[in-house]
Amino acid sequence: MREIAIRDALKEAMTEEMVRDERVFLVGEEVGAYNGAYKCSKGMLDKFGAKRVIDAPIAENGFAGFGIGAAMTGLRPIVEFMTFNFSLIAIDQILNTAAKARLMSAGQLQCPIVFRGAGGAAFQLGAQHANSFEGFYAYTPGLIVIAPSTPYDMKGLLKSAIRNDNPVVFFESELTYSLKGPVPEEEYLLPIGKADIKKEGKDVTLISWSKNVFLTLQVAEELEKMNISAEVIDLRTLRPLDEEAILKSVAKTNRVVVIQEQHEVASYGAYLSHLISTKAFDHLDAPVEVVSSLEAPMPYSKALEVVILPSKDKCIEAVKRVLR
Amino acid sequence: MDQEFLTDLYRKMLRIRRFEEEAARLYTERKIGGFLHLYIGQEAVAVGALSVLEQKDAVITAYRCHGHYLARGGSTRAGMAELLGKATGCAKGRGGSMHFYDTSLNFMGGWGIIGAQIPVAAGMAFSQVYKNEGGVVLCFLGDGAINIGPFHEGLSLAALWNLPVVYIIENNYFAMGTPLEKTSVTEDLSVRALGYPMARDTVDGHDVFKVRDAVFRAVKNARETGKPTLIEAKTYRYRGHSMADPGTYRTKDDVEAWRKRDPIATLGDKLDALNLKSLREQIDEEIETEVQDAVKFAEESPYPDPSTAMDYTYA
Repeated sequence: MREIAIRDALKEAMTEEMVRDERVFLVGEEVGAYNGAYKCSKGMLDKFGAKRVIDAPIAENGFAGFGIGAAMTGLRPIVEFMTFNFSLIAIDQILNTAAKARLMSAGQLQCPIVFRGAGGAAFQLGAQHANSFEGFYAYTPGLIVIAPSTPYDMKGLLKSAIRNDNPVVFFESELTYSLKGPVPEEEYLLPIGKADIKKEGKDVTLISWSKNVFLTLQVAEELEKMNISAEVIDLRTLRPLDEEAILKSVAKTNRVVVIQEQHEVASYGAYLSHLISTKAFDHLDAPVEVVSSLEAPMPYSKALEVVILPSKDKCIEAVKRVLR
Repeated sequence: MDQEFLTDLYRKMLRIRRFEEEAARLYTERKIGGFLHLYIGQEAVAVGALSVLEQKDAVITAYRCHGHYLARGGSTRAGMAELLGKATGCAKGRGGSMHFYDTSLNFMGGWGIIGAQIPVAAGMAFSQVYKNEGGVVLCFLGDGAINIGPFHEGLSLAALWNLPVVYIIENNYFAMGTPLEKTSVTEDLSVRALGYPMARDTVDGHDVFKVRDAVFRAVKNARETGKPTLIEAKTYRYRGHSMADPGTYRTKDDVEAWRKRDPIATLGDKLDALNLKSLREQIDEEIETEVQDAVKFAEESPYPDPSTAMDYTYA
């Protein structure tokens, strides 16, 4: 099977959906003439023209609201945030307008919109550009929140997200746009709300999402050398969560470590720990561990960033603790 | 002017006035919960503005939305039922006072966060252009929304991308308890259009004919050139910001000065002077019957079934 980079997988997803449905359009900063800040929309302006690939000025609340207004009146926008750090300018539109329109109007309004972009830390971008905000969105009823890892998952889930009639928040990562992986030539869709077992195992369940799935797989490889068989669950979707996949795995392994880039306090990982502790209590042989970034804004220096972020060593220590 | 046209404007404004007065009464009887923001005094703006629209045009506003909903043709019964939180409400009890919707009339709500509807309106206008059907968007906002981020961002995009949206600032001189002189350097609010730039106009919001003319020109411009306009309509709310606000920041004389020129009374006098007094009185009676019927309908309607509390969260 051919291998393509995540940026190309995303571009294929958007292009295929825009060819398929003329109501789909893309708006964001640098998506057109610049070919995308991370080249995820390279060539799309040439192919679709300025009516459907729209370069926005720096006005996130403006163009997010603009996308929502278009979505409420029959179009299917893809709104790109250069990174989700900037999405806070628009967060009122996403959480208070898009997420609530359907319920407040008793179904008269719908918001088939996808907000996509890069989230999480990337090497040494500093505190304001290193945020993992998926928790704010995963918290919100009315939103769908997707956080895939591999090129295959990215393409299949972005296509599904664009076809979904709910507002979707779709997380990518600056650090993995160049990451290659197998992606079929033929068209395919992946189901929203279904996790993927990236590696089967029996001694401990490791749960992750987004680029931390790759860290988690490295941890699993290290653990194999120590004769510890880890099962790696890639959640792929945070809201709605595939609880069944998690509980099935925990019933098998009895031990769980969640690996996330968020800070622990009030995080999605903390929610997973609660969920597993209540619904799988009888299966657990140890408390749920959640490996997180430390509780500090991200410092710039290489020497300090590595201290804040989750690492292979921290994950292995956590696994040892649950296996005690 | 056409008799039917005049009586239609009168009926529409009176309907809003009586609806709001009944809503106020029901609120004091605790049959309506949450916030209730009355449109009393501002009727000429919604009625005058919406009188120029076609079915394909869209209307969006903030939370003082009952008048726009009724002026667009929204059901009086469904509006009253929505206030009471009943299943027969225009949003099936899910929205309440601040969130009236009727998409079959292209009335797109009813929004609670100041200014958020402004960029949304730009997006709705983009849809009109995309579909190439010649429709426009009317977006209403208050003088309280002129400083917030989305005002600037939304108007910026509308001007930059040539979007057929007419923004109407209903300047009633108070943002809750804050008078205009504390929120704007200039008394003229339409001057802000010059920064984007976009076309602008200022109109006496208490004169339903002047409002109609100004909006007609802006809508025509939007249809013909695709470009937006910012209109400032100077108006006044006779009551407080909401039912919870006693309005102590104004004097009775201030309010009286505007009430003297009340658009409904003025148009009623005009109809009387045109020898239409008995017709006008008949309209008064019909509206009274209609509004009382709506109250009865709302009170007798059932609440939504508790098992449906989470309905409409997702498609």
